[in-house]
Amino acid sequence: MSEYSQSLLYLDGVTVSFDGFRALNNLSLVVARGEMRAIIGPNGAGKTTMMDVITGKTRPDKGDVLFDGSHDLTKLDEAAIAELGIGRKFQRPTVFDSHSVLDNIVLALEGPRGVFSSLFARLTGPQRDRIDEVLDTIRLTDRRDDLAGRLSHGQKQWLEIGMLLAQDPALLLVDEPAAGMTDAETAETAALLRRIAETHSVVVVEHDMTFVRDLDVRVTVLHEGSVLAEGSLDQVSADERVIEVYLGR
Amino acid sequence: MTRLSTRGLPLGLGRTGIAFLAILAAAAVLVPVLNLAVPPGSAWHVPTTWVVLLGKYLCYALLALSIDLVWGYCGILSLGHGAFFALGGYAMGMHLMREIGSRGVYGNPELPDFMVFLNWKELPWYWYGFDQFWFAALMALLVPGALAFVFGAFAFRSRVTGVYLSIITQAMTFALMLAFFRNDMGLGGNNGLTDFKDVLGIDLQKNATRCGLFVLSAAALAGGFLLCRAIVSSKLGKVLVAIRDAESRTRFIGYRVEHYKLFVFTVSAMMAGLAGALYVPQVGIINPGEFAPANSIEAVIWVAVGGRGTLVGAALGAVVVNLGKSWFTGALPELWLFALGGLFIGVTLFLPKGLLGLARSRAAKPVAAPPAAEPATVDVPDRRAAE
Repeated sequence: MSEYSQSLLYLDGVTVSFDGFRALNNLSLVVARGEMRAIIGPNGAGKTTMMDVITGKTRPDKGDVLFDGSHDLTKLDEAAIAELGIGRKFQRPTVFDSHSVLDNIVLALEGPRGVFSSLFARLTGPQRDRIDEVLDTIRLTDRRDDLAGRLSHGQKQWLEIGMLLAQDPALLLVDEPAAGMTDAETAETAALLRRIAETHSVVVVEHDMTFVRDLDVRVTVLHEGSVLAEGSLDQVSADERVIEVYLGR
Repeated sequence: MTRLSTRGLPLGLGRTGIAFLAILAAAAVLVPVLNLAVPPGSAWHVPTTWVVLLGKYLCYALLALSIDLVWGYCGILSLGHGAFFALGGYAMGMHLMREIGSRGVYGNPELPDFMVFLNWKELPWYWYGFDQFWFAALMALLVPGALAFVFGAFAFRSRVTGVYLSIITQAMTFALMLAFFRNDMGLGGNNGLTDFKDVLGIDLQKNATRCGLFVLSAAALAGGFLLCRAIVSSKLGKVLVAIRDAESRTRFIGYRVEHYKLFVFTVSAMMAGLAGALYVPQVGIINPGEFAPANSIEAVIWVAVGGRGTLVGAALGAVVVNLGKSWFTGALPELWLFALGGLFIGVTLFLPKGLLGLARSRAAKPVAAPPAAEPATVDVPDRRAAE
């Protein structure tokens, strides 16, 4: 059928203005089920605003935002969108500093989110296994009882990715996962995301071109709130307009 | 820090929690025994004035506990908790007024004295039911709970946080104070409710009654502590701390922050109401002054002094500051408010984790300094996640 129903995420003609400034300008974007997509673009291109719109933090002035073909994300709040299966990693790592690494994962772990179910919640065997698995994936098993606030910057980034894994959303929105990381960490993060993308749909926003190359996926270039080019990294980096925007000619 | 020592104990009580409950239990036994069984001449005798004073402090400690639950664990800095305390107190006061019956100055079996004085002919509808103790006790919990629920539902849904929330809680208690000052409210106006005779047929002036109220207050404080412990050590408690530290992050992993805040705010208000209901029979009066904004602020200072986010510290702070207040208002009455203000500034600057934090870091010093996981300032409950 049409891409409308096959797509996991469907943005059409989305416009967001802040005090007359158009952060998103008639933006259209389709992410297929199981796809990993990289979004690049200069500062102010609207990458973070796009994530805000998808996760319900910002309401668009115009346009459609559909998830899984039928859910209108412009009508839902953050919690409802998270429950539908959209997880988000922030640009600056935001973990719960005064909780242990383990508790950070426990809080993110997929499951009921209601007040009373939390009051009486007990971890089950399979949940413990799942937590161990996540800790292992993000290589924080030996730090599980340490406070998250004591982790290094790179470890916090990984913990946040681990929280996304525990949440097990259908779609992961990852904002600059390699920011502030060493080259080795960046390469490892790319490998981790590729592994995650085997079972999830992922949208990655990134500045770092080496990192995007490591991901080896379809790239969308944003500029002034709309899509400038789309294709493989080689294709878009050969595009005249992209070169112009990036080199600022 | 306490992680290792608390493992295996029920509710993660920890050594501090066990010690706290043990001291409460000991006080609940010793104070009445030393008051009732030891003759007044003995050095071991606890005078009745002390029983009343300590009982009052225990009620304050329960109020402090309720504030710590919302402020220390969820970052909601309520500067209006005195209102919930006072409402609980009024509910109990209304019952005690009805208990007076025809023994009032005007001897009216139905109407309290102030209504006779105002020439009222019949009891207002909202006084019905308060002749029953169980009804008054229930209302002492439900009225503050309902107010907190409605107030919180609006405030948290609109995402009012931080200083703005603190200001509207102040406005709430101030508005209630003005309302309760009016004679038309039918709650004694300016003078409030007083001249209580007895409760459940027991004379309130008797030493045994005062000791009984002291024991009840200690039991309520212990119960309140266990309830708070159960809440903060559950997964719900972890969500509360997550909200305190990174509210929008908590939303993005799917928690309805406003529901959690509403739950904990309502539970806290009911605890404050219970504290007020136990306070009134001991001090023998409730008047609109209890709604004064300064009272609520003072209660927040108790928590800060004792140690925010520790529960035991909040109770400790309430007792210590009030002991100081009792001494100060006797010795240097005009300086008390300055001392209180100075105490608050001093604690914020030098004891970010309060007295309990000081004691804990002293105990833990040989091992390692505690991490500065929690910023100390009081105006941070609205720290948001990176946006």
